[in-house]
Parts: sequence; C-alpha cells; structure tokens
Amino acid sequence: MSTKTIKNYLNCETGIMSWLTTLDHKRIGVMYLLFIAISFGLGGFFALALRMELLTPTQLYLTAKQYNQAFTLHGAVMVFLFIIPSIPAALGNFVLPLQLGAKDVAFPRLNLASFYVYVLGAAFAIFSLFNGAVDTGWTFYTPYSTQSDTSVISMTLAAFILGFSSILTGVNFIATIHKMRAPGMTWFRMPLFVWALYATAIIQILATPVVGITLLLLIFESTFGVGIFDPALGGDPILFQHFFWFYSHPAVYIMVLPAMGVMSELVTTFCKKNIFGYKLIAYSSLAIAIISFLVWGHHLFLSGQSSYANMIFSLLTFLVGIPSGIKVFNWVTTMYKGTIDLKTPFLYFLSFLFLFCIGGFTGMFLGALSVDVHLHDTYFVVAHFHYTMMGGVVMAFLGGLHYWWPKMFGKMYSEKWGRIAAAFVFVGFNWVFFTQFILGTKGMPRRYYNYLDQFQPLHAFSTMGTFVLGTGFIIMAVYLIHSLFKGEKAPANPWGGLTLEWVADTPPDHHNFHETPTVTTGPYDYEKAGY
Amino acid sequence: MNEINNSLMNTGTLWLPEAISDIAGSVDSLFYFIFWISVLTFIGIMGVSLYFLVKYRASNNKPKEKHITHNTLIEVVWTVVPTILCMVIFYWGFTDYMRLKTAPGDAIQIRVTGEKWLWNFDYANGTNTVGELAVPVDTPVQLIMSAKDVLHSFFIPNLRVKRDLIPNRYTTIWFEANKTGSFQIFCTEYCGDGHSNMLANLHVMPMDKYQDWLASGGGSNKDMPLAELGAKLYKQMGCNACHTLDGSKSVGPSWLGVYNSHRQLTSGKTVTANDNYIRQAIVDPGSDVVAGYPPVMPTYAGKLSDRDINAIIEFIKAQK
Ligand code: HEC
Ligand SMILES: [Cu+2]
Ligand SMILES: [Cu+2]
Repeated sequence: MSTKTIKNYLNCETGIMSWLTTLDHKRIGVMYLLFIAISFGLGGFFALALRMELLTPTQLYLTAKQYNQAFTLHGAVMVFLFIIPSIPAALGNFVLPLQLGAKDVAFPRLNLASFYVYVLGAAFAIFSLFNGAVDTGWTFYTPYSTQSDTSVISMTLAAFILGFSSILTGVNFIATIHKMRAPGMTWFRMPLFVWALYATAIIQILATPVVGITLLLLIFESTFGVGIFDPALGGDPILFQHFFWFYSHPAVYIMVLPAMGVMSELVTTFCKKNIFGYKLIAYSSLAIAIISFLVWGHHLFLSGQSSYANMIFSLLTFLVGIPSGIKVFNWVTTMYKGTIDLKTPFLYFLSFLFLFCIGGFTGMFLGALSVDVHLHDTYFVVAHFHYTMMGGVVMAFLGGLHYWWPKMFGKMYSEKWGRIAAAFVFVGFNWVFFTQFILGTKGMPRRYYNYLDQFQPLHAFSTMGTFVLGTGFIIMAVYLIHSLFKGEKAPANPWGGLTLEWVADTPPDHHNFHETPTVTTGPYDYEKAGY
Repeated sequence: MNEINNSLMNTGTLWLPEAISDIAGSVDSLFYFIFWISVLTFIGIMGVSLYFLVKYRASNNKPKEKHITHNTLIEVVWTVVPTILCMVIFYWGFTDYMRLKTAPGDAIQIRVTGEKWLWNFDYANGTNTVGELAVPVDTPVQLIMSAKDVLHSFFIPNLRVKRDLIPNRYTTIWFEANKTGSFQIFCTEYCGDGHSNMLANLHVMPMDKYQDWLASGGGSNKDMPLAELGAKLYKQMGCNACHTLDGSKSVGPSWLGVYNSHRQLTSGKTVTANDNYIRQAIVDPGSDVVAGYPPVMPTYAGKLSDRDINAIIEFIKAQK
C-alpha cells in the first residue's frame, strides 16, 4: 500500500472483532468466500480419495464403508457447503448492493445472521465427519438412511440448518432488489446478474422449506420410530424421494441461475457489447425458476412412479431445458461484432459455454424416458451433473471470482498464471469426466466400490485426469493468495465494465459510493461508451 | 467374473454394449438420434463462437457499427426449432418406454427378491437360485420384483432394462432376449457396503435347455469338484460382500486361516472353527456370533443344499 491510504471497507476498521461483528455486505461476502474455499478444498480432498481408490477394480486402500462415506461427504460438502452458497452468498453478497447502487443489503443484521447460521450448519457437518461419517449418499434415501448406523442425524441436521441460511439470504436479496435500487434503475435497467439472483432467491424461499421439513421428518422417524418413510414401520420410501427432489431439483437451479447471471456480466464486459436479447434472458431466468418446480419427478422415473406421471415429468424436463438453450444462443450472439478481450475471466466464460452445452445435451438423453432407463444411476449421470455443476456453476464461479477479485481486494492477480490455470482446469475436467460418459453408457453403475475388470482402463484414465485438474486449482490458489500480498494495485475499473460496481472505488468505500449514483441507461450500453 | 463371456466394453458400439432385444435396439436408435443432434448442434455453437473469437478480437481493428441488441425473428427461430426437436425426442422416448413397461400377457413370470447383497430368483416350478437367472431365448419373460430390506435396482445393460426394487411393494420388468449367452446383471441403487458386489448373471438359453435347467432344479453342479464349487458359491451367494480372502477385515471376518482356528464368540465362549461350527455359522448365523462383529449375516438355510455347504467348507479350508 502506498503511504496515502484511502479508507476502504477493508481498512476502515481493523481487528478480528470488526470482521466477526461486521454488518457490511462486502465483508460478509469475503467471509463467505473464505469458508466456501475451505469447503471446496475439503470436498475436493474426498473426490481425490475416491478417484484414487477407483484406480483398481478391488480394494486399493479404502474399505467399502470408507469409500461410501467418502462419496457421501464429497457430495454433501460440495452441494450444501460449497455450490449452493458459492455464487449467491459469496459473490452475490459482495456485488449485488454495488450493482444496485445501494449502500448495503436491505437487512444487514439478517445478512450477518445468515452467515452465522451457515457456520453453525457447517459445524454440524464437520462434527458428523468425526462422529461416524454418513454413508447414505448425499440424497439420504430411505429406508437405508433410517437403518444406517452412521451419523445420519447430525448430517441431515446440518443440511437443515444450511437451508435456513439459504432462505435468509434469499429473503434479504428480494427485499434489496425491490427496495434499494439506485434512482433511475428500473427493472429493465438492472444488470442480469441481479435478475439471476432475484430468480434464485425465489426458489430459495419456496423450495428450501420443503427439504427442511423432510429432513426433520427423517430425524423424527429415526429418533422416535414413527413410520413415515421406512416401509418396515409402515412408511413409504418413495414419499421421501418426492419430498427430497421437490427441493433438490429446483436447487440445481439455485446453483445454475446465478452462474448464468455471471455469464451475462462476463460476456458483455469482455466483448464490450450490449447483451443480445436482454429481456429474453431476464424472462428466461424467471421461466426456469417456475418450471424448475415441476420437474422433480424425473429423478423417480424408475422408482415405481406411474407411467403417466413419468410422461408429464419427461415433457416438462424438456421444456425447462429450452430457456437455458436460449441463453446460450444469446451469449454467443452477443460476441458477434464485439471487441473481444481474452482475459482470464472470459476464458472461464468460454469454458462454461463449452462444458455447460455438453451438460445440457446429455440432459436430453436422461430426459428421454426410454434412454433414461438404461442410463439412470450409471456413470453417465455422474458425468452429466458434473458437467452442469462443475463445468457450469464452478466455471462461472471462477469466472466471477477472477472478474471481481480486483474490486474485492484492490489487487491484480497474474494474468499469465490465470490463463495457465484456466487451461489446466479445462483440460483436466474433460479428461476426468468425459471418460465417465462412456463408462456410463457401457453400463458401469455409480456408487460402486468394486467394479468389473473390463472397466479398469477407463477408470484409471479418468483418475489420471484428476491430477491435471488438481494442478490447475493449486496454481490458482497460489497466484490468488500471492496477489493479495504482492499483487499490483488494481485500478477502479480494470476491465472497462459499465455496471455500477465499477463506479465505486477499488476496493469500495465502507459505504460503497461517495454519492448515490443515478442511472439513465441500461446496464450494458457499450455503444454509447464508444465501442 | 471373467470366466463367463459377459463383456460390456468389448461388444456393441463405441458407446453402447451389444443390444440383445428388439426394444433395446430401438432405445439405441433414439440414443444415437439424440447423440447426432447434440454433436451437430454442439459443433455449430462452438464453430460460430470460435469464428467470432477470431474475427472480433480486440486487436483486430474494425469499423464502429451500430450494436445489435435483439432480433425477433432469430430469437423466435431458436426458441421454436429446439422446442420441436425436443418434442420429437420426448415422444419417441415415451412410446418406447411404454413398450418397455407393458409386458405381453403370455410372458413367463419369475420372481426376484433383492436383499443385502444378493439376488434370489424363484421360478413357477419351485426352482430357486441365487445370483443366476436363466431364461429362454425369443420368449417374453416378466420379472416380478421386491426388496427385503432397503431399495435395490435391477439392471441388465444388454437389455436396456432397469427398475428399482422396493420393500413391501412389487415392481416389474419384462424383456424378450433374442440372443443366447451369459450377460451381466447389476444392482444400481446404492444399498450399502456390498452394493458393488451385488451382481448376478443372466443366462439366455434355447427353450429345451431351459426346460432341462428348470427340471434339474436350476442347473446342477454335480460334476464340479467341491472346492471349485465353493469358490463359485462364494461369489454367487454374495459371501464376498462381507468376507475377504486376504485377511483384511470387512463386514465379517476374513476367511483366511479361519478353519480350525479358535474363535472368540460374543457369548464369551471360545470354540474351534471345525466343519460343524462353519455349517452352523451358515445356516443359523445368529447362534454363534464372532466377537467384534455385528450380527448382520443373513441365514442361508434353505438356500444352500448340503452339497453346497460342504463345498463352501472345503473352500474355507483351502484358505490358509
Ligand atoms: C451381510 C454380510 C454377510 C454376508 C453376505 C455373509 N456373511 Fe458370513 N458373517 C458375517 C458377519 C458379520 C460374521 C461375524 C458375526 C457372526 O459370526 O455372525 C460372519 C461370520 C461367518 C462365519 C464364521 C466365521 C468366523 O470367523 O468364525 C462363516 C463361516 C460365515 N460367515 C460364512 C458365510 C458364508 C458361507 C456366506 C455366503 C453364503 C456368508 N457368510 C455371507 C457377515 C456376512
Ligand atoms: Cu432434477
Ligand atoms: Cu445396491
């Protein structure tokens, strides 16, 4: 730092307590970011443990039980502690009020509370790790979960608590978007990231309570022996699946919608073009949010659900894919006649485009009833959702992280290393997961500790890719941390973005803006800006 | 598992294992239909993106032009065309699915029970087998399935059929295999430690052979030497889900060196693991529980013939 330090949100107060009790959305965002990064590391560690065990068809170094615990924890940590909060809670918290030209979120105290609820949920999850880690799969299917002797209760309690954190954040964002927009910022002048967070918040509020109560019922059943889901007690195991996916399918969009919002920001800034089809993108976010509530049954095609229910869920599943497809076309068209700058965040945009398309196309195989019969619960499904969740959401998260990093910390990271890491991640990811599509179509079931000898070459090949992928993440961690201490000072607007966060200082002032900005045009009017 | 020819990787196409029924063939056609639509669209999207990337790089000087922000025609087209394609795929998938679901009235019925971690098959004439399902070729067969403990799922990749098994409820699968041979069966719904060992074999045979097989009570192993039969049963009956042969502890004790060793029981007694002890452990596992292990072993009374039990004892003897 230079001698004449300008006050910003990072240095306006010091000391650990000033962080732990802060009401500043930016600091809360940064704290989330830290926890999310740690969770990602933990989830990644389990993933590596799994892939190593799968090098050989029989036991290598884990027992069956340990393997089952590892895949359960990998899934639960990645879903509940990492992906769901990643973009909304970490990046969204930081960026949303800035993009709206607001001083903070509508309810700063609630915001801090939802952070602590998250920490509490995480604590329960970690506790369950040491207390006979769960082995049910992250889906907790009954009756296995009511019979398992592992710590199902503390893990489901963790998911229940984390759900509340998510609900509180959603409520806060909706109020903020309704009430805190800068003068002149009409609904159709909001950045698309804001639209995406808005649609996400709707799902968070409406769907999360359902999984909350379901997990509570599960705890109730296993503690008091009341028959709800366990057939041995007169319950219905399929009911659990309905309840669980009634939340967990929309939850897929809790993860994906914010990622799509980031994509819209990246493509406009790095192509210096107004977004193609602003309204279509905004409405398609809402369309996705609504239809996503009506497709949960596609997880139950083979579980004894009636054929007519299957038919309707299959139909709706195809319909929910269409708004996503439209967005892809819009992003690509936005590049037309742009002024394209291939900076690191934009490389993640391109990765997303590539991987998410594959994720979407493979979703069509699974939506088609007859083909799903063959592919359900095989590695094809594993590969499919990694392409959407990791290839989609994580790539967008990384893109957003690199995009807003200078704004968050006032430092630039090494562009060269940024690009190298992005290349490693892209290659490694495809290496690991594309292989698994073939394993799946050939019939390899998922959640298998041992497997037939004939699958070994592909399994071993997939495992090799994890090293490339892991190397990418290690490089990234190194240069990002390095930039905090040794990075060049970032200018206020390093990428030439037009949304309001780039008007604020870098890093932003404690109150975000020195004077409330007024908005007179749409968010991406690069034509007027001289491009 | 290599002794029978049930290869998935080396048969069929690059993507799918060999299909052995007509419906499976139709499922594959839809698979490839979606596949080629996806590949072409994907190449289109990526090709256009790449072209834009090269053409409109910031370093390329370009004339300042009006920015295009929307175009109703093109937006309608790229909404409507994918919707139509999706509806075609949906319809095709649904009609084939109904074919996969609706068994002809004259299908042979076989009952399947899934339990941790083996497959029981019960035939109309009273024959029952574990881990080996025999069916006649070119004849419709319907499986009526239920689970004993937790959810399982019955999957025959070569027939493209799969269905969950649920306790206290029946679900069904039907198929008409058009090729003889042995094929792989998997459990695909996660069911605990032995999930990945919950395998079985499907044997498709000519009708006359099938009749013989049924009459002989499920293929006799009369000619097989005892220890060899024991090795076979070890896998087929799912003992391998809980017992290893290499000394490592699994759900149950390893069989390495068990024979004639001293066993400490939860009742406090110490006994010698002789033939009688092992027989007792198999037919009434609850009576003598080895200290340090949960009493989770299912009973095999009625599932194993005397000769089968002798064979397993011989096999355990051989693990020194
Ligand atoms: C669900 C897991 C499971 C399966 C499947 C299983 N066992 Fe066991 N078995 C156990 C456990 C646990 C013990 C130790 C507790 C006991 O003695 O009941 C055991 C004990 C035994 C013992 C006594 C061994 C000793 O160390 O004293 C024998 C013999 C045995 N099993 C044979 C078999 C055979 C034969 C099969 C297959 C036909 C089989 N088991 C299948 C779990 C299983
Ligand atoms: Cu879903
Ligand atoms: Cu299973």
